[in-house]
Amino acid sequence: MLFYKFFLGSLRIVTHGGKAYFAWLAFLFLIIGVGVLGYGEQLSHGLIRTHMRDQVSWAFYIGNFTFLVGVAAAAVVLVIPAYIYHWPPIKEIVVLGELLAVSAITMCLLFVTVDIGRPERFWHMIPFLGRWNVPSSLLAWDVLVLNLYYILNFVIATHIVYRGFTRREYSKSFALPLILFSVPLAVSIHTVTAFVYNGLPARPFWNSAILAPRFLASAFCSGPAIMLVMLQLLRKYARLDIKDEAIWKIAELMAYAMFLNLFLFGAEIFREYYSATEHLLFTEYLFVGIRGHNAIVPFAWLSLFCSIVAFLLFLVPATRKNPVTLNIGAFLIYAGVYIEKGIALVIPGFTPSTLGDIYEYGPSRVEVMVTIGIYGVGFLLFTLMVKVATAIMRGEFHVDVEASLRQPGISPIAGAAPGGS
Amino acid sequence: MHRLSVLVAFGLFVWVSACGGNHERAAYLRTAPGVAPSGAREDAADAKDFPVPPPPFSEGVFPCSQCHADMTPDLEVRDLGEHDGIELHHGPRDRWCFDCHNPDNRDMLRLASGRLVPFSESYRLCGQCHGDKYRDWRMGVHGKRSGEWNGKKQYLLCAHCHNPHAPRFKPLAPLPPPKRPDEIL
Amino acid sequence: MTEHPKTEAPLSSPAESPEEAAATRRHFLQGMAATAFVAACSPLEREAFFQRHFKELNKDELARVLARLSQGYSERFHKQVTVSAEPAASGVLFGYALDLSRCIGCRRCVYACVEENNQSRDPQIHWITVLEMEKAGGVDVMHANAYYDADEVPRPGHFYMPVQCQQCEHPPCVKVCPVQATWQDADGIVVVDYNWCIGCRCCMSACPYGARHFNWGEPTIADAEVNPETHYLGNRPRPRGVVEKCTFCVQRVRNGRYPACVEVCPVGARKFGNLLDPTSEVRYVIENKRVFILKEELGTSPKFFYFYGV
Repeated sequence: MLFYKFFLGSLRIVTHGGKAYFAWLAFLFLIIGVGVLGYGEQLSHGLIRTHMRDQVSWAFYIGNFTFLVGVAAAAVVLVIPAYIYHWPPIKEIVVLGELLAVSAITMCLLFVTVDIGRPERFWHMIPFLGRWNVPSSLLAWDVLVLNLYYILNFVIATHIVYRGFTRREYSKSFALPLILFSVPLAVSIHTVTAFVYNGLPARPFWNSAILAPRFLASAFCSGPAIMLVMLQLLRKYARLDIKDEAIWKIAELMAYAMFLNLFLFGAEIFREYYSATEHLLFTEYLFVGIRGHNAIVPFAWLSLFCSIVAFLLFLVPATRKNPVTLNIGAFLIYAGVYIEKGIALVIPGFTPSTLGDIYEYGPSRVEVMVTIGIYGVGFLLFTLMVKVATAIMRGEFHVDVEASLRQPGISPIAGAAPGGS
Repeated sequence: MHRLSVLVAFGLFVWVSACGGNHERAAYLRTAPGVAPSGAREDAADAKDFPVPPPPFSEGVFPCSQCHADMTPDLEVRDLGEHDGIELHHGPRDRWCFDCHNPDNRDMLRLASGRLVPFSESYRLCGQCHGDKYRDWRMGVHGKRSGEWNGKKQYLLCAHCHNPHAPRFKPLAPLPPPKRPDEIL
Repeated sequence: MTEHPKTEAPLSSPAESPEEAAATRRHFLQGMAATAFVAACSPLEREAFFQRHFKELNKDELARVLARLSQGYSERFHKQVTVSAEPAASGVLFGYALDLSRCIGCRRCVYACVEENNQSRDPQIHWITVLEMEKAGGVDVMHANAYYDADEVPRPGHFYMPVQCQQCEHPPCVKVCPVQATWQDADGIVVVDYNWCIGCRCCMSACPYGARHFNWGEPTIADAEVNPETHYLGNRPRPRGVVEKCTFCVQRVRNGRYPACVEVCPVGARKFGNLLDPTSEVRYVIENKRVFILKEELGTSPKFFYFYGV
């Protein structure tokens, strides 16, 4: 009953808001519409409407998937410093992290769904119902850990928010073990995703032992970058109490993560260029192009440039604490890692192909439409969830448990005030 | 703690060996140790072991005796008149007709031993010089084979693929290249 | 579900016209309809959707599935199409040998394979790729050219290397499949259950030989060109959105015949037989010629041997 009220109240909150809020929603629905149109076209013609072909058989969708797995993983890993340093707004950070993770995993699952040729056969992957190929298939493991992580985050976030709604502190004995469990699981989703690529000796570009560490390092840059911007926005518009120190601490941690990311990248580059074996071809395709094929070269350098500049901005305390350079840095990190995962990871893995064929892939109109649509879904989900969560965390949306027990007929929901994110 | 780490290590080992491991090569080659199959058809010089289609004669040219029956064999290297389509590009320059053709009975070929073989068994003639090819051919490894991999096979004569007077395999026009990935729409 | 009738609009070019936009809307609606099909489709389609994995079908179920497929194909291609599920014979492990000193790169094998195995003509799918390489470079697939064209082959200074599924003893494609839609049968042939494959393409990433091909669009074959003698795990027409590959012509070799590429090769470069039979042609090649396998460093142990017969 109480949960039903929670649901109704949440519905009221998300359907009320200012002009900016509705404009944002309208924009999201618009781009979701674009995505739905694109996917409709892809469904009726097949994946031929993408620019993927036998030579480059995974591309933009899977690149985005990989990037978002990183975002989902890193959002939750923020929980560790929050605990270690006893940041006051820990609950907010945990909830936001979990909600970001839920949104990111939703997008991940959508990207996998649009990438596969027979989405209606998804049930073949479900353990016991289909034929789940464990232990040998890493994609099978990936599906397992992603879904586990998805459920876990959803449960934790709902628990904390719902407890806030009923004006109770969240249950430490229930939530804390789950929160702590979500941290290694966060590491594992990105590790297993890296292993999906890593375990393929047919693709030397990915068959490097530091691929998984690189994935984690870059994810610990991009995930917090999004959180950093979110925390500032929430502080400003949702009036949450988030201290500067917490933000600076996150930025400092990102500098370390970016250092590690660049170091690992450098180690990879050294090995490739110094040994200069046949496997260098893939790295060459990425950074200089081969035999006149250089479509992704600008992106590779742009990504590297963004990462290095962001690293410097976060490394120097003065620029780290200046809100303008801080946000520029966050944006650059996001851009750098997005390009790296979305383009510079997947495509050179396939170029040249296993038989030396060079196919210059670039996303098709349909791929771009579908991708935009999926981000629309993710942002929409995140917006709505955060709107409810912030209202509760500000104490504006709650139920008085005793009062509702005394007068069960009357809705005791306090002002679900307009405004917010 | 120690026991846990042992357990984890064991679990990892089991997992890794379950999905990787076992790279023992070509176990099937040990199913019949010491068998040297090269001898299997070594002595089978029986023509029925090598079913072949009729020899690829130019039209109307066979039997040769229809013209040659009354001619006196001429051993001179010269312009061949009726056979001027034949350009001999086969081995040393002093090779000539009767190295292979039989002067006395043109409908047969003649081995170095003087033994006569029909055109339908011309592989015996070719095999005199090209022993390694002959051996591979008998095993079904040189040349094209059709039929059943485990049963009846159809052989071809050397002359079906190699013009005996100019045996180098003739180049062919290739079939079209595959479409490039960006041409597949 | 499995065998959609082909959508009526031809595959259009990327440029959009008003008619095409209308077609896109129509296709979009069709797509929506397709997703809602489980509720609304015919019993036959529902049966296809809920079909179990090939290995889990009992004798009666398999017979039903084969009959359903045969009926569907026969109606679609306007002729009697048979679908067999001939199992592997015992004591047989198929192997293949290809003589690099003979191959002239004429691509007869490529197209014989297409015709025998009902590959899609448009979008084009080839199971065999013939690589042209420079003699001085040796076997170096990273610098190979699959798109060579000439009045005559072989071209001076070049040699040719056809590549198709190498039927690995340790197939990486089988290892990565999340749903066990592909496996190695008892006679060593790696097969795909096209009715179980979800089209995730992990196997294509894992294959070091570019041997796996995806049905990006609706596969098309003219009725007259369809080979009506098919095998469930082999050359039966494939649906869109699944992966396919060379099966050594499973429909032929399990009935004693040579693969189509062996029979068509004008230079007799292709040899095929039972690796467990010491008198077979492949065993003769292995024991009397020097063979190599492609990308041996990857530990895939191909049963496809390249050799120099000379």
